[in-house]
Amino acid sequence: MSAPANFPGEPESSPAIAREFGLADHEWDRVLTTLSRKPSYAELGVISVMWSEHCSYKSSRIHLGRLPTTGPQVVQGPGENAGAVDIGDGFCAVFKMESHNHPSYIEPYQGAATGVGGILRDVFTMGARPVASLNSLRFGRPDHPKTPHLLKGVVAGIGGYGNCIGVPTVGGEVQFDASYDGNILVNAFTVGIAKTEELFFGVAEGVGNPIIYVGAKTGRDGIHGATMASAEFGDETESKLPTVQVGDPFMEKLLLEACLEIFKTDCLAGVQDMGAAGLTSSSVEMAARAGNGVELDLDAIPRRTKALSPYEMLLSESQERMLMVAKEGREQEVFDICAKWDLDASIVGRVTDTGRFVCKATPGYDPFDGTGTRDPVVVVDLPVDLLTDAAPKYDRPQRPRTERASIVSLTGDAPEDLGAEIVRLIGSPNIGSRSWIWRQYDHIVQDGTVIRPGDGDAAVIRVFCRDETGTREKYLAISVDCNARHVELDPFAGAAMAVAECTRNLVCVGAKPLGLTDCLNFGNPEVPEQMWRFSQAIDGLSAACRALGAPVVSGNVSLYNETDRRSILPTPTVATVGQLEDPSHRLGLGFVRDGDVIAHLGEPSRGVLGGSEWLVQRTGSVTGAPVGIDLDAEVALQHAMLELIGNRLLQSAHDISDGGIAICLAESCIAEGLGARVTLPPTDDAPAHALLFSEEPSRIIVSISPSDVGDVGEICRRYGVPFRKIGRVGGATLLIEDICDVPIEELAEAHAAALDFIVHEPS
Amino acid sequence: MRDVLGADAWYVFHKRTSLGDADAVVIPGGFSYGDYLRAGAIAGFSPIVSAIRDFAGRGGPILGICNGFQILTEMGLLPGALTRNAHLRFECRDVYVRVESEGPFTDMGKGTILRLPIAHADGRYHTTERGLAELEQQGQIAFRYSTRRGGAPNGSNANPNGSVGDIAGVYNRERNVLGMMPHPERASEAILGNDDGLAIFQSLRRHLGFE
Repeated sequence: MSAPANFPGEPESSPAIAREFGLADHEWDRVLTTLSRKPSYAELGVISVMWSEHCSYKSSRIHLGRLPTTGPQVVQGPGENAGAVDIGDGFCAVFKMESHNHPSYIEPYQGAATGVGGILRDVFTMGARPVASLNSLRFGRPDHPKTPHLLKGVVAGIGGYGNCIGVPTVGGEVQFDASYDGNILVNAFTVGIAKTEELFFGVAEGVGNPIIYVGAKTGRDGIHGATMASAEFGDETESKLPTVQVGDPFMEKLLLEACLEIFKTDCLAGVQDMGAAGLTSSSVEMAARAGNGVELDLDAIPRRTKALSPYEMLLSESQERMLMVAKEGREQEVFDICAKWDLDASIVGRVTDTGRFVCKATPGYDPFDGTGTRDPVVVVDLPVDLLTDAAPKYDRPQRPRTERASIVSLTGDAPEDLGAEIVRLIGSPNIGSRSWIWRQYDHIVQDGTVIRPGDGDAAVIRVFCRDETGTREKYLAISVDCNARHVELDPFAGAAMAVAECTRNLVCVGAKPLGLTDCLNFGNPEVPEQMWRFSQAIDGLSAACRALGAPVVSGNVSLYNETDRRSILPTPTVATVGQLEDPSHRLGLGFVRDGDVIAHLGEPSRGVLGGSEWLVQRTGSVTGAPVGIDLDAEVALQHAMLELIGNRLLQSAHDISDGGIAICLAESCIAEGLGARVTLPPTDDAPAHALLFSEEPSRIIVSISPSDVGDVGEICRRYGVPFRKIGRVGGATLLIEDICDVPIEELAEAHAAALDFIVHEPS
Repeated sequence: MRDVLGADAWYVFHKRTSLGDADAVVIPGGFSYGDYLRAGAIAGFSPIVSAIRDFAGRGGPILGICNGFQILTEMGLLPGALTRNAHLRFECRDVYVRVESEGPFTDMGKGTILRLPIAHADGRYHTTERGLAELEQQGQIAFRYSTRRGGAPNGSNANPNGSVGDIAGVYNRERNVLGMMPHPERASEAILGNDDGLAIFQSLRRHLGFE
């Protein structure tokens, strides 16, 4: 076949344009060699976007292979639109997390909103009805001039989209740190429920089958968004505004209902949403998974603006669009359902057996002109393989961070009034209440939220599983976590700690972990120290996922998170899904009854303050000796917890994490307004403040009815988990023997107002 | 309605023009047409609307919750309007309301205090001074926001959105149509931590003579 025509008005491709599109010079050479000709402008756009870090995972792919992805409960591992785990009776939980970092920094409302829209589509594309969302957010330091605007915009955007479409946002996490000053993180997670045998996949099956475009019309928004997501930010970033998409949650609601209705008819062979790199990646990925080719007629693309070029149509990231492959002869059923939901649908191509991605368009033709003869010419003709499996893959050089040797054990100066210090810490933005945020999310729509934000270590939702035999209620727990400061100090242990805390959160509400999804947010992979962090973090995640029984079923990598050569902290965010055997096992984090015994499970603190919020506030930097993690101890702790909960021996459970045991106890008091009297477990010679604020992992504070204390101790002993009674629930203060005696009311007030000074609004 | 109350309930698609032989109509919450123009504005012109109007005219009980309340005011079946919350944010949390007036949905008695969740951006009830006086005179105020013990909010955030007269729900003059911003259906099961809202549906069931 002759070389595709260069479309009138589009320039000749050149190394300079390739560079502008984000291709390295050696990658341009590789294009020339493979094609034995120069690509057309549109082809160059297609190649550069498919070879972008965002689509090709070129720097990360060789490392991702080390993650554990299998297990008896895994229904669908990585590689599809979302992963899935079995929840019994023929149903599965379908989930994924994805980043929308760069767009959210440029335009926080729309960037975050379309991030939510994108992850919802990934889930319902699989045939699952979305039942809950979470998010993980990172902003710059609380007093950075941009932080209020970014925080308000992102939260309003997440709420604006999720509330409107009617999927509850039931939890999340947020951290403020100077490393995110110029590069915030917005990671969105959604879980849905599907019948396992009715899952849908993104495959372009069946040569000759029609390809149907459904949903919003194509415009110029978001062109080259995937490439932007694969580049560093510089001064001119805000001029990238046109690459941010605009969300329409009502359109997505129509799309959701139409898709689920179409899926039931069994008239589709495959389906994929148009996310990053739009029409290009959705059609190419579907073709690749089926080992087929596709041919698109770009003249037929529904559009909302005049004079769109092939390049623009192929790379537009207009939101709320789907690509479906119908079984031949059943197109009308798709059209009828789309009409019911007021959605545009048109046939835009066919599945072929050529293994090539071919696009045709008529020069000078524009449906808006009404007339004009159609005489399409080939504008793109590329091997599918070149865009997928044969895309570049790099084993980038790594170098361990050098300053490691200089790390010393830091404990900071002891504060004089530890009670006042606890009040100050619990009223600070990284520790205090997030209610200003989650109150802007409808966290109870769909009538299934059993543990609401702030009430437990993880959210618990009730989901309805309906089939011909009736309706079953099942209970899932979900949690998202990462403390990047611990990853910075020790990427392996820090990443393992993220998995451990996330699964520990599930266990604390009474759920057994089933699977995990990740969002790996790192800096520039071409910097060897960054690549080393990434690789170490992968190994840490792998070790912890294996140990804790949480295989990775989906995920996303976001690299080049840096501005003006300043990298974010390495942030491998993980989200986990677990299941409660019985809803009556659920536990909140708050103490519930005066007189209950408070106990500490796990090895008592050694007073290591490295990476802790307290030390960061004291020193202004992420520093100190890493706290490390003993995965065997963590496994024992979680297994013991599941048995304790299964026997209904606990009244509350709260794991010790950010802010240390002091904050953990304070939060358990604030929840129901009950005080506590405790004595810290004795240790060698660590100072009191180090014991209070250390963030060493694998520790849980529980409360127990006095009559159950013996049984709890016995089970802990059997699992080899250190068990120590440290006090009782009661009184109106948090009294820590020899350390402090603080009124709960004072703690609660500081806790509630933690974000006020950023948002300048009363909570 | 079906799972908790055992009622024979069904959805009616907005493009339909008949309600079937329903005894009561519930217009639930949501974001009809995205609420892009104004909450409930477009839904007020849906094909099903004339059937709802007829049903109301015949004295049939209608409950509009959240967006349903907004739609009923846009349709003119209920007086007043719902505008942007005073603090301009969407807000989702539990509030307390006090029953102010008895009717088909509120036979639990005046002064009853219910804990119910809200989840809205446009819940600030507004009406003219004369309109407010008339509502009070006719006993059309169904619920007012209150403190936990039933006291008046007095400008505190016990009134979550700045509604005039702390109004959380109103009846039409005939008291067969009720609109309310809080969500009783999200507080009708113990597993969700709260079943205060069930009282409203049980009241309707008694009104219809099912018990």
